[in-house]
Amino acid sequence: MKKSTFGPWLAMILGAAYFLIPLIGTLEFSMRMKRGEYSFEAYKVVLGDPRFQESFSYSVVLALVTIAIGVLLVVPTAYWVQLRLPKLRPVVEFVTLLPLVIPAIVIVFGYLRMYNSQSWLPLTDSRRGTDLLLAFGYVTLALPYMYRSVDTGLRAIDVRTLTEAAESLGAGWATILFKVIFPNIRSAILSGAFLTFAIVIGEFTFAALLDRPAFGPYLQLVGANRAYEPAALAIIAFVVTWACMGLIQVFGAARGTGSKS
Amino acid sequence: MSFIDIHGLKKSFGPVTVVHDFHLAVERGEFVSFLGPSGCGKTTILRMIAGFETATAGSIAIDGKQVAHLPPAKRDVGMVFQAYALFPNMTVAQNIAFGLRVAKKSAAEIRTRVGEMLDLIKLPDLGDRYPYQLSGGQQQRVALARAIAVKPQVLLLDEPLSALDAKIRVSLREEIRALQKDLGITTIFVTHDQEEALSMSDRIVVLNEGRAEQVGSPFEVYNFPRTRFVASFVGTLNLMTAVVVDAAAGRLTLDGRDVATAKPIVGRRAGDTVTVALRPEAVNLGDGTARSDTLPGVVEDVAFLGAVVRIRVRLDAQTVTLDTFNQPSVALPKQGEAVKLTFAREDLLVLDGDA
Repeated sequence: MKKSTFGPWLAMILGAAYFLIPLIGTLEFSMRMKRGEYSFEAYKVVLGDPRFQESFSYSVVLALVTIAIGVLLVVPTAYWVQLRLPKLRPVVEFVTLLPLVIPAIVIVFGYLRMYNSQSWLPLTDSRRGTDLLLAFGYVTLALPYMYRSVDTGLRAIDVRTLTEAAESLGAGWATILFKVIFPNIRSAILSGAFLTFAIVIGEFTFAALLDRPAFGPYLQLVGANRAYEPAALAIIAFVVTWACMGLIQVFGAARGTGSKS
Repeated sequence: MSFIDIHGLKKSFGPVTVVHDFHLAVERGEFVSFLGPSGCGKTTILRMIAGFETATAGSIAIDGKQVAHLPPAKRDVGMVFQAYALFPNMTVAQNIAFGLRVAKKSAAEIRTRVGEMLDLIKLPDLGDRYPYQLSGGQQQRVALARAIAVKPQVLLLDEPLSALDAKIRVSLREEIRALQKDLGITTIFVTHDQEEALSMSDRIVVLNEGRAEQVGSPFEVYNFPRTRFVASFVGTLNLMTAVVVDAAAGRLTLDGRDVATAKPIVGRRAGDTVTVALRPEAVNLGDGTARSDTLPGVVEDVAFLGAVVRIRVRLDAQTVTLDTFNQPSVALPKQGEAVKLTFAREDLLVLDGDA
């Protein structure tokens, strides 16, 4: 007997409608800036706004710094845990999950309390110091995603044997990490990096409370004061995030074909 | 002094000791195999020599230099792993060149050496391939080339053939042995495959539960196993119990029949029960000579194995298996037929330990 496909199709259509209708609505609204015709006027206004360029550039730079710090922190940690301290894995996993359960506002108030101008390390005293604090905050925020991504990459290769093979050929730790481990988990690192990028680009709480000119607070500012531009910005942010997801898929697929033996 | 000197080596993981008081002296250029079942400690000893495990007690000296405290990178020891362990992000040539680059050799020197190694492993045209583009046998040859490219003092092979199929295993073991002889490199080979150990080694160390049961040439280990474990692990063997009648004269009774060994039975007295061993190929059908013993029995089973026919004969209470070459012109005994088994006294071995 032929099974009815009505149910699955209905579920799929409902699901797609749930996600796509608001998106299409936002897109449609963002194109109605000129009366009586569809245009990309709102996008032109947004992209031509110097504050957009500044805040977007600021967030991109901060995202790159966050990725660099995150990779240098997470890869050696995950590598060491896998190689020498496998019993510590649950503890490390728990720690990396904490940013998901502790609200960002709690973390940032903690930072302000710890690193204010009266503290022993007054990072908030200068703009550069605050930028650094913001980058550290973003590293924390992205930790669950970066750690999981890198850990999955490390599990896909035989870390112990590759390390021992390199050691027996005279390699030290730096050579092993940068010549053997990093290149073999490159796609996993890139996946983590794109997720981090997507998080940093849209982040609001940290940047607003630390009073830094990032893209998130700019989104909020425009959203509170303009009509069509916020919709255009939402679509732009969406495209950036989706581009990151697409790149993760591309590099994920590359890893899949590259690991054949 | 030997080239590799291992003295009183011990390894414990928490309360469990996996290697007990292990001693071994390996001469320069020798090929020594560690043979034993899974969990016997053979790989742990190899990893202690390589520096991947720290010994709980004991010393390891290579060419007179104590290495037990050195990290693996400083031991000048090449290692080949069961899982190949080629770096997936590097080509064959880059893999072979890795150790040379780490040693900061010149580009010209690296190029020459990589070319030599590719020729040596008979893969001169595959330098630009990636590991995943090679077969298992080719990958293991590259791993071997990578290990010896840096000219280590000692080559350690950790079950390098286990992941390969039977045919490639045989050809590669011959290649490894030929290469080892050519280069004269001192080699320690870990395997659980007795045929590999017997065919490749100058000496075999048979390990059981973290202890060396016997160290000897393949001929000695196969023909004169010292313990019941060695006898049962290396080759097929008939193990039977017998009672000592006259230890000095080497006389025993086996299932009520008088038999004798060629040598006196050391450390035993009349009346002691001992384990005796006989290789299936050392037993023949028919009457013996003055230097051999004969036992009557009944054929229980005849198994045709191609070139060899395996016949199981029941004595009084024990059974003996014998192997005979398949000769179409000679009729085989039938099941239930009364036969006489004969064997040379030199072939009847009294094993150490309790029966």
